[in-house]
Amino acid sequence: MTQDQTLRQHWISVMAKSNAELFLDLSSEYIAGQDFETIRAPEVGLTQVRGRMGGTGSQFNVGDMTITRCVVQSTKGHYGYSYIKGRNKDHAYRAAQLDALLQDDEHQSATLASLIQPLEATLAENAAAKANEVAQTKVDFFTLVRGED
Amino acid sequence: MYVAVKGGESAIQNAHKLLDKTRRGDLTFPELSVAQVQKQLPLAVSRVMTEGSVYDPELAALAIKQSAGDLVEAIFLLRAYRTTLSRFYSSEPIDTTTMQVARRISATFKDLPGGQLLGPTFDYTHRLLDFTLLADGRTPEELANITSQDNSESESESIPRVLEMLEKEALMVAEEDEQKTPADITQDPPSYPCNRSARLQALARGDEGFLLALGYSTQRGYGRNHPFAGEIRTGDVTVSLLPEELGFSIDIGTIEVTECEMINGFSKLEDGDIKFTRGYGLAFGMNERKTLSMALIDRALQAEKYGEERVSPAQQEEFILSHCDNVEAAGFVSHLKLPHYVDFQSELELLRRLRAERTTPDAASGDQS
Repeated sequence: MTQDQTLRQHWISVMAKSNAELFLDLSSEYIAGQDFETIRAPEVGLTQVRGRMGGTGSQFNVGDMTITRCVVQSTKGHYGYSYIKGRNKDHAYRAAQLDALLQDDEHQSATLASLIQPLEATLAENAAAKANEVAQTKVDFFTLVRGED
Repeated sequence: MYVAVKGGESAIQNAHKLLDKTRRGDLTFPELSVAQVQKQLPLAVSRVMTEGSVYDPELAALAIKQSAGDLVEAIFLLRAYRTTLSRFYSSEPIDTTTMQVARRISATFKDLPGGQLLGPTFDYTHRLLDFTLLADGRTPEELANITSQDNSESESESIPRVLEMLEKEALMVAEEDEQKTPADITQDPPSYPCNRSARLQALARGDEGFLLALGYSTQRGYGRNHPFAGEIRTGDVTVSLLPEELGFSIDIGTIEVTECEMINGFSKLEDGDIKFTRGYGLAFGMNERKTLSMALIDRALQAEKYGEERVSPAQQEEFILSHCDNVEAAGFVSHLKLPHYVDFQSELELLRRLRAERTTPDAASGDQS
């Protein structure tokens, strides 16, 4: 796996996991004035979710989940793809546009720094807040000696 | 058998209007929104997503609203909607070991790495009706801050799997990855005996009540398998897939799942070794009772592997898997409501004829022979 690919996986992941409203809100300025050709309009379908027996063993199918996918092409010729949980077509369309822009060296570093990183920070913040709340329910059980003898 | 009938259009239309009206209820009360159902009935949503076999909290909430709270009907609605979507991909297997846990407990080890995290649970509540909820509920301030007296350990530790610790000590049957494409009962109906991947898929979609009763039966002695809840986790896992056009795997989001790993009685294995055995349960959302039941049955159905005689209901694979789906079951039971007029007429005729024959002298003598 090349470094470019790892970087791309990262921004795709952040955009997919981010809250749709927040992402759409923060990202609108980046696509202003940019043209994209829609290669595959956002479409909703399913992906089968797989688990592992015992969490680590052989695979099995748990059930489906909804997914929206989209492909666009930027004027510079970059193809932007998106595959996102749920049925939010705006989220998928915007993520595909941003995926194309982020492959463009002219936009990449600025967009990474001012869009992807803040989104990532928000995700981390939310996760930390959740973890902290759960940590407050950490329990220490004491076993008591039964008074039988 | 039922036969087609015609007519009744306006009666049916009106019945559906009446259903709409009944669902809406007293108009002096505000209408329940789908978002309220989604955000405030998360356990109902979890059950509908799991048995409806589509992870989509909003659609599940819509189904619950539409079915006026009848969860089996909601599951049916979601399954029906599911058939209108094409399946683009199969995900990479989710990794529950790296789950961001909302709850993690073990009934087998008091002290364990990562600790016991109770999370949002009904356990240790007194099951007394909470009249605060009948009044104004909790204020946002009351809900905002959850703090414990001992706030020192809030940094996250890694949370190893309990059963893996036993595996490492060679006390637990290991889960080997056979690297096979799992069966998909939505494409190929299972034939019996079926493999464990088909079985777990069927159980994941199976009716919670049915699985609960069967799991309970194993505890009461019908196919006893000496269970301990080795580890139960609920939390968020990342779903990834590998689109061919990209050639590398990507994350598409996170989903909430519940997992139960059961430690079951030890057994002599084929190679002569003695180890604990195991059962597994996995479901969408917060679904603890379901995953406990699923794990009990998963273990009960491994009877052959451990040389156990199949004598109890929970060990009968074909019986369980072909009756656990509540969409199929409710469908067939409910079809009894459809017009069976012709069918019943023939039964009626037959009975009348038999009874008439009995009262004639010939038939009466025939009866005595």
